[in-house]
Formats: sequence, C-alpha cells, structure tokens
Amino acid sequence: MPPWLDDFFWTYQNLVYALGVNGLLALSIYVVLAVGQLSLGQAAFMGLGAYSSAIMTLKFKLPFLLVLPASCIVPVAFALLIGGPTLRLSGVYLAIATIGLGEVLRAVYLNIDWFGGALGLSGIPERAGIGSIYGLLAAALAVLWIIGRSHIGRAMEAMRTDETAAEVMGINVPRYRLGALLASAVLAGLAGALSAHVSSFIGPNEYGFEPAVTILSFALLGGIGTPIAPVLGAWILTLLPELLRGLADFRLVFNGVIIVIAVLFLPNGILPFRLRRHGRP
Amino acid sequence: MLGQQLANGLILGATYALFALGFTLMFGVIRVINLVYGFYFTAGAFIALYLTRNLGWPMAVAFPAAAIASGVMAIGIDGLLLTRLRRVGAPELASLMVTLGAVLALYATATALLGPDIKRFPASVIGAEAMEFAAIRITQAQVLILLATIVLVGGLLALMHGTRLGLALRAMAENPDAAGLMGIDTIRLAALVSFISGALAGAGGVLIGLNFNAIQPYMGEAMMLRGFVVIIVGGLGDIRGALIAGLLLGIVEVLTAGYIASGLKEAVAFAILVAVLWSRPAGLFGRAVTRRA
Repeated sequence: MPPWLDDFFWTYQNLVYALGVNGLLALSIYVVLAVGQLSLGQAAFMGLGAYSSAIMTLKFKLPFLLVLPASCIVPVAFALLIGGPTLRLSGVYLAIATIGLGEVLRAVYLNIDWFGGALGLSGIPERAGIGSIYGLLAAALAVLWIIGRSHIGRAMEAMRTDETAAEVMGINVPRYRLGALLASAVLAGLAGALSAHVSSFIGPNEYGFEPAVTILSFALLGGIGTPIAPVLGAWILTLLPELLRGLADFRLVFNGVIIVIAVLFLPNGILPFRLRRHGRP
Repeated sequence: MLGQQLANGLILGATYALFALGFTLMFGVIRVINLVYGFYFTAGAFIALYLTRNLGWPMAVAFPAAAIASGVMAIGIDGLLLTRLRRVGAPELASLMVTLGAVLALYATATALLGPDIKRFPASVIGAEAMEFAAIRITQAQVLILLATIVLVGGLLALMHGTRLGLALRAMAENPDAAGLMGIDTIRLAALVSFISGALAGAGGVLIGLNFNAIQPYMGEAMMLRGFVVIIVGGLGDIRGALIAGLLLGIVEVLTAGYIASGLKEAVAFAILVAVLWSRPAGLFGRAVTRRA
C-alpha cells in the first residue's frame, strides 16, 4: 500500500467501515420496503446481531467464522416472533410492532448484567475488516440484484404496487413478506456483528429509535427501484455529516427532513430506475 | 400495599388512555398513524411549563391554554404533512413514514433549542399535599389526571355518538369519499380531528409532566411506545378499547415494577403487544375487518 493511502486509511478507517455497514443496513430495509412493508426494527435487529455476536466472541471464545453466521440467529428469531402475526395484517401493524422493539431491547440491555448494563460490552477483538464488510456487501448486492431480476423480483414489485391484485394473480403475499422480513433480519444481524467487531465497544443506546429512522432515510433518499439505490442513499447520508461538520447537532433534523421530502416529493428516490427484466427467466 | 399499587396503576393507566385517545381517534377517522402525536405531548408540557414558570400563570389557566396551543400546532403540522398525501390518495404507510421523519426532525430541533436536560414545574404550581383514603395516598396531580380523563373520554364519546358532528366523523371513518359526496367537508373535519387529537396529547403531556414533575424533549417518545401498545390492544381506532387497554396497561406496568423488576416495564408492555397480535390482532374488543380492493 502506498504511504498516502495508508495515511488516508488510518484517518478515515471508521468512516470506511461505517460506509460498508450502513450499506448493509440500507439493503436490510430495502428488502422489506421492496415488498411494500415497513419495518422499523432494523436497528433493533442490528443490536441483537451485535450483542449476540459480541457475547459469543467474549464469553464463549468462538472463532469469528462461526460467530458471523450465527449472529443472524437471534435477529431472525425476533423477526419470526413479530412477523408471524403481523404479516397477515395491513402494513401498519408490522411498523407499529417493530417501532418499539429497539426501545424495549434497550431497557433489557440496560437492566440485565449479562449484557453489561449501561456500560455495554467492551474489549471486543477486531476480527472484521474491509474485506469481510465489503465482501458481504458486494455479495448481498449481487444476490439481491439476481433475485430482483427473477420472477421473485417481479412478484415483489407487483406486491408493492398493488397487493390485492398481486394476491389475485396467485402470489403468496404473506410468504413473500415473511421471507423479506427474515432476509432483512439476517442482513441487519450481520451488519451488527461486523460493526461490533470493528469498533471494540457496543452500548445499549446505539440501537434505538433514531438509528432506526436513519436507516429508513437511507432507502427513502436513494429509492428502492434497484438494490444499489439504497446503498447510494446510505453513502450520501453517511458522508454528508463528515463534509458538513457544522451540521453535527442538526444531523437528526436533516435525516428527518430528508424522509419528509422524499416521501412527499421524491417518491422514487434519487435513483428512480427500475431493474430490467425480459420474459420469464 | 397492593391497594396503593392498584391506585397508582389506575392513575398511570388513565394517562395512557388519555394519551392513546387522540392517537386512536386520528387513525379511526383519517386512517393515519400520526407519529408526530408524541411531539404534541412534549409540546403541551413545555408550553404549560413556559406559561407557569416564565409568565406566572396559574395551572388552572395554563393547562387548557397548553392543550389548545398543542391542538393549533397539530392543525398546522398535520396539514403541512398530510394534505398532499391525502390528495394523491397515498397508502397508509406513506403517511406513517412522513410523520416518522417529521417527528425525528421536531424532537432533534426541540432538543437543540431547549436542551436535553430535565426541567421542572416550580413548586408553587403543583399541589404537593396528598390526600388519604383508607391508607391510599393520592396527590392533587393524580386527582386532576383522573378527573381530566373522565371528562375528556366522556366528552369525546358524547361528541362521537351524540352529535351530528360525531355522525359526520363516523361517516368519514367509514368511507371518506362517500362522506364527501354526502356534503361533509372532509378537509375541515380532518383539521378538526388534528385539533382534537393534538389537544388531547398536549393535555396528557401537562398531566404527566405534573405527575412526575419531569419535562424533557423526548418524553413524548417514551409515551409513544405505550400509545402503540394501547391502540393495538384496544383495537386501532376504537375509543372505548383504548380506554380499557390504557387502564389495564397502567396496572400491569405498576404491578410488574412493584413485584418483579422496574426495568422490565417496557418489556412487559411489548410482550402484551406481541401476545395480542398473535391471538387477537383486531384488538381485545375488536372484530376482524374484511379488506376490500
């Protein structure tokens, strides 16, 4: 590595990691939005992945190759618990059931000593890095792109546009919704495990209401026509506060305003293109 | 001891019911899960704080004034956020997302402007002296909460089921297009619903602020969690359901805090939410609705 690149990396290491992790989180919310649902539990799923993976590493001394895939188990279990009943109901039920999840889990982390209480868990060894974060991001993008172009992607788009019509055409709507929610829990869990293993510390206050809304703003800014769009949205929203230091206190205001403007005036995001499909693959 | 716990639970539950009332009314009539609702709760408390502490108004005047001011604020904000979506006939989720973004921006602005620290009413405006009935202590603020809940719930039920305006609101809840064709001014009624629900949230904020004497920008967010539980358990849009579910939740929370662990209050509320979704998704007292295209 040339020295200037080395310097650059050391200065911006955390930002580079954050870009990758937020890209994964953006894909996680994308999967749910792509079937016309709204889950606000992405940050909570991420927290579950982070906490469960950190505990596996710190208390059970498991190797990272085992911890990383296992970090999806707890988020998926919670997604099943909440998704099971809500996915047969209208979309607002999933949103409501997940919106409180992060706050509830925060209270649990805070009050149970096993999770480190208010101090969180620290001393997590740095096992993840550029390779694992961006490798997983690229893999997730590729898989979602291929799925998006298949008949599954067509079904997802049909559900998003008109659920009743999609159901009448023979699409098993609850099954697709559950699949999407589980996939999003997997992605968020992985993102949580990766971020825990590059930052060495996780705390109970990192996975509440505000990060959940920030993750949603990634997808709403980028759009959900293609999987790359929400990732782009995540990168813009992660880089902007770095570029505009003065924004620091008002970053959340900014994220909120982005959501309002995106829903009201840019319903397709800044990358409004759709995946192209030919015939039936 | 148990009697005191039950009384505390009942009063806490009354504030939950009061808070959830406007929330569920909003969904019942205009089909919007309005997440800005929690901010009106915060706003009510801060307005009352300003009126009593800075202007020296008595609580009896500041309380209704804060509720009305929150209601007026709700007309403005809801109009700004939701009118456009209603015009294009956007789905429920769009309004949920807009209000989500807006409430995040509003909380963050309030925190930046007012500071994140906890503020308190001056000692002179809260009646500190408590009354005792058969070994159960109740403070004046708690009596005020119970009275306000009874008056406001009763008033709302009377409005909805006893007046022509209530009939129009229920018609609009049933089918806004048909209601519009029958000559009901749905835009004005939507503004009225915003006002009522904003005023109820503001009133709830003042009462909770008085009860715990702790006011800070994010107080509405903690309340929203309970609001969700109450409106789902009571059935979305069901006023009587919200009243009963609110009281039940308050009692369950106080008993959990008293006999198990206070840190698990939120988890218990959430467990109730998930249990109801699994067993009775239309709410404890609701009937399933058939979906039409």
